[in-house]
Amino acid sequence: MEFTGRTWKFGSDVDTDAIIPARYLNTSEPAELAKHCMEDADETFYDKVKTGDIIVAGKNFGCGSSREHAPIAIKAAGLSCVIAFSFARIFYRNAINIGLPIFECEEAAKDIAEGDKVKVDADSGKIVNLTTGKEYQAVPFPEFMQKLIDAGGLMKYVAKEAKQRA
Amino acid sequence: MGMTITEKILARHAGLDNVEPGQLINAKLDVVLGNDITAPVAIREFEKLGMDQVFDKKRVVLVPDHFIPNKDIQSAEQALAMRTFAKKHGIVNYFEVGRMGIEHCLLPEAGLVLPGDLIIGADSHTCTYGALGAFATGVGSTDMAAAMATGEAWFKVPETIKFVYHGKLKPWVGGKDLILHTIGDIGVDGARYMAMEFTGEAIDDLSVEGRLTMANMAIEAGGKNGIIAPDHKTLDYVKKRAKRDYQVLASDPDAKYAKVIEYDVSELEPVVSFPHLPENTRPISEVGNITIDQVVIGSCTNGRIEDLRVAAKLLKGHKVHNEIRAIVIPGTQEIYRQAMTEGLVDIFIEAEAVVSTPTCGPCLGGYMGILAKGERCVSTTNRNFVGRMGHPESEVYLSGPAVAAASAVLGRIASPEEVL
Repeated sequence: MEFTGRTWKFGSDVDTDAIIPARYLNTSEPAELAKHCMEDADETFYDKVKTGDIIVAGKNFGCGSSREHAPIAIKAAGLSCVIAFSFARIFYRNAINIGLPIFECEEAAKDIAEGDKVKVDADSGKIVNLTTGKEYQAVPFPEFMQKLIDAGGLMKYVAKEAKQRA
Repeated sequence: MGMTITEKILARHAGLDNVEPGQLINAKLDVVLGNDITAPVAIREFEKLGMDQVFDKKRVVLVPDHFIPNKDIQSAEQALAMRTFAKKHGIVNYFEVGRMGIEHCLLPEAGLVLPGDLIIGADSHTCTYGALGAFATGVGSTDMAAAMATGEAWFKVPETIKFVYHGKLKPWVGGKDLILHTIGDIGVDGARYMAMEFTGEAIDDLSVEGRLTMANMAIEAGGKNGIIAPDHKTLDYVKKRAKRDYQVLASDPDAKYAKVIEYDVSELEPVVSFPHLPENTRPISEVGNITIDQVVIGSCTNGRIEDLRVAAKLLKGHKVHNEIRAIVIPGTQEIYRQAMTEGLVDIFIEAEAVVSTPTCGPCLGGYMGILAKGERCVSTTNRNFVGRMGHPESEVYLSGPAVAAASAVLGRIASPEEVL
């Protein structure tokens, strides 16, 4: 799978309260959550973002709460993927589980500027900045996680496994 | 080669003799936890699988605590979804209002999490239970859903950082100050993906409550789990509560650590974390004059009886400053009753603080103490991110209960020494 989109840049330690403030967690409807995506970091984010756009962030993206509402909000807001220097552990796991593509790449996270057009090949982890022409390689996923990604997330993987056992 | 306590627990639950950091394992779970925010999403995913039962009715634990008692209609709907699921599946450990508490205060108290356990919870502060010598970590709702179905989860065995705390703590310095000091030192991603093992004289001297506070905030340094090997205090605590067997484990002397970090904490002062990250720590003597609007004493970090005793000691004979609000939230019904029996609730009310039913409420900006634009709060909770307790332009300063109570009296961030 390939994603091409405009990038939105954020700094380090973007926490899940910034991605989706807890005051909106009285619902888990993706479309509702999407409206408040990144609201406390950028109030007008949802209005500006277009389907296929890409978030680029620094270290420890998604730190804090375990709320899966965070990757759900990003996905439902139409963003195609997140590229970061590094991800907080629970966010990383949640993103894979729900099928939000994420890419860990120190150089790309540092170099790419807000508004650059970027292309990501999800299978190879190759990232191309179409604005500057520069190419990057994301850290590959361990084999097991790649299996989860290929299955379309954890629940589909569990269902498949259960079927095979039966 | 030797193993750490974290590696031993993971190996046992994966049916392996040994595990090494980096290894991916599939492991059996002792407890799977969810709350009113995370469980509804997990339930939706679980139901998609079309399974007619959970893996074990006693080991799935559901606690409505975040926006409970229901804060609005939508929260009521979420609580109802969880209640309906619990009924349908005969969940033994579903805790209704009146029996519930803040999950990470409640589960240890109820003896549901024990030494040697492997626990996942759809709440990031699940790492709290590591204080009892368990491996406990936060996950998302989908992991919870899969675990409710299979009783298993996959893990990457983490590397361990060993923290050694030398020396005796000064008065008014506790577990919260130790963990804030640690996060201030290593940063909010200083232990990302790693196990944090807390050891040393100062840890031995801490009560079980103080240790729960420390392990609770391992996540604020990015940690996968925080863990403290059980000792006689742990065993005294769990013996009277446990209703099943448990395993007392410890790290081998030749266990391998990614890093060993040592602190002499004998001169450590109470610590305050400034907005907007827990790593922005300052000793109380370097805080300066910061006026406040609200104080919150409670949460899964500091809502235990020992915390309330510390707060009461400072509030006794004083009034909450006339320009601020002080909100005290006992972590569970049992803690609430204990606080009444000991006369602590009387002291709080006499001091003109409010005492609330157990809820996570204000900690995550849910309700029961939301901040307006520009307001400042000293809170014994665990996060001071932008907008965490209300308006994005409000501020949260994290501290232990002693600084919070002293600040409530003086109306500015204050040292306990200034009040006594």
